[in-house]
Amino acid sequence: MSDIVISVRNLTKRFGNFTAVNDISFDVYRGEIFGFLGANGAGKTTAMRMLSGLSYPTSGSGTVAGFDIMREGEMIKRHIGYMSQRFSLYNNLTVAENITLFAGIYGLSKQTTEERRDQLLAQLKFSSERDTLVGALPLGWKQKLAFAIAGVHSPEVVFLDEPTGGVDPVTRRQFWEMIYEAAEGGTTIFVTTHYMDEAEYCSRVSIMVDGEVRALNTPTRLKQQFNAGSMDEVFRSLARDAIRGELLI
Amino acid sequence: MNVIEVNSLSKSFGKTKALDSVSFSVEQGELFGLIGPDGAGKTTLFRLLTTLLNPDEGTAKIEGLDIVKDYIKIRSRVGYMPGRFSLYPDLTVEENLTFFASLFGVKVKDSYDLVAPIYKQIEPFKKRQARNLSGGMKQKLALSCALIHHPGVLFLDEPTTGIDALSRSELWDMLKSLKTKGITILVSTPYMDEAFLCDRIALCNEGRILGIDTPPGIIGKFDSQLYTISADNMFALLGAARKIEGVLECYPFGQTHHLVADERFNEEHFREKLEYLGNLTLIPTEPTIEDVFMNLMKK
Repeated sequence: MSDIVISVRNLTKRFGNFTAVNDISFDVYRGEIFGFLGANGAGKTTAMRMLSGLSYPTSGSGTVAGFDIMREGEMIKRHIGYMSQRFSLYNNLTVAENITLFAGIYGLSKQTTEERRDQLLAQLKFSSERDTLVGALPLGWKQKLAFAIAGVHSPEVVFLDEPTGGVDPVTRRQFWEMIYEAAEGGTTIFVTTHYMDEAEYCSRVSIMVDGEVRALNTPTRLKQQFNAGSMDEVFRSLARDAIRGELLI
Repeated sequence: MNVIEVNSLSKSFGKTKALDSVSFSVEQGELFGLIGPDGAGKTTLFRLLTTLLNPDEGTAKIEGLDIVKDYIKIRSRVGYMPGRFSLYPDLTVEENLTFFASLFGVKVKDSYDLVAPIYKQIEPFKKRQARNLSGGMKQKLALSCALIHHPGVLFLDEPTTGIDALSRSELWDMLKSLKTKGITILVSTPYMDEAFLCDRIALCNEGRILGIDTPPGIIGKFDSQLYTISADNMFALLGAARKIEGVLECYPFGQTHHLVADERFNEEHFREKLEYLGNLTLIPTEPTIEDVFMNLMKK
């Protein structure tokens, strides 16, 4: 297995005359927590969609989890985990049923499904809640469950799209601890967030402005480079230069 | 004079107690923040104070008017920007503004002085349908519409949720300038770091208020010793630190961890025990609003 889990070169996506993502290149390493930041309209979502096999680039090259980003979108989808900001589990299924359902979608065998289900329930300390309807769980628990389910098929990389919006600080920290634990175990984490303090939890952070990656480094180095006290200042000094931002439809 | 007065307000939905005997007051011209996560009861409180819901128990007054008896009068005195974008997506920017003006029986030009600093930023797009605006622009239009009848009190429910950090800081600048015009503002946010932009704040969780004070006053409520710690292996540090005597809490905090300790905690002992993790640091630190929030949540 390679130590580079995501590698993209000159990735570009155009919609008609509009270049949403313009010639971006970067590598993400195994076990890294990679923060993917950008202002509204900077092209983050478009880039994420290409990296997760949901859309093909107009030009460029790259691999995600060992699969070609230009041709093997379907394979990429099977080998990554994804958790969106909108809660994506089924409220009218129980905790155990949700796990079983997603394990089935990812093609796990019956035996593996049962093993993984018990393992996840134990890890989450959710064994007593296995027959609880997901709709009845507090928001923080739902998010932890959604993260665990995003990893049900043991993917090399998990994409988290604004995972902690609206969660209380204690739950948010427990969530980050789960992320650390997964990264420590070798899972690569690719995360977008609007919380600039959360950017500081990441191993490295990239910041997109007007479709380009304008900065990429560890939070410490970025703060040095921009002579800033916090990631919030780094972000604002870059986003202020955005031309398209508000003009984007 | 207190423009907003809330006394033991409670509201339940079925078995869920959304608000549990909440009391606070907001003075004329104050920028007052309700800080808390989803489920804290912030939206329910806004809906009660803007007379869209009636309380189960308790009372509240806006500019001396009772939220139950005087609801019609209150509605023309307050501006309300709900958390969900609530303008008409198929009307243009300009049409939305004119529509809200006519609802309140005013002319756009009558309160243009108040709205102009905000509206001017989106005026170049006045012929665009509201649905085609970016997140930051939608907020500016919604704020313009909430101000069009020159309200004395402005209620803003999570105006900065889901918009990027730059648009967020622009929105806070707008609120500061509205405050200088004597408008009283009640604003909610889940972002703890925005607390310092308010005159006073209430930390809210699960229908209750954990504490009310100025931001420095809230910080002063933290009653334990706080340290910032780091080591080469940050993940191992988390677990190991929690086992040391006198450590009440240890949690990730950006690139470092925060450690909450009581009087049994001994710095020397901590260093000796955890030295093996490599490049161990232990530095006394001032708490942030999040530290206080977590501290109060546990009580």
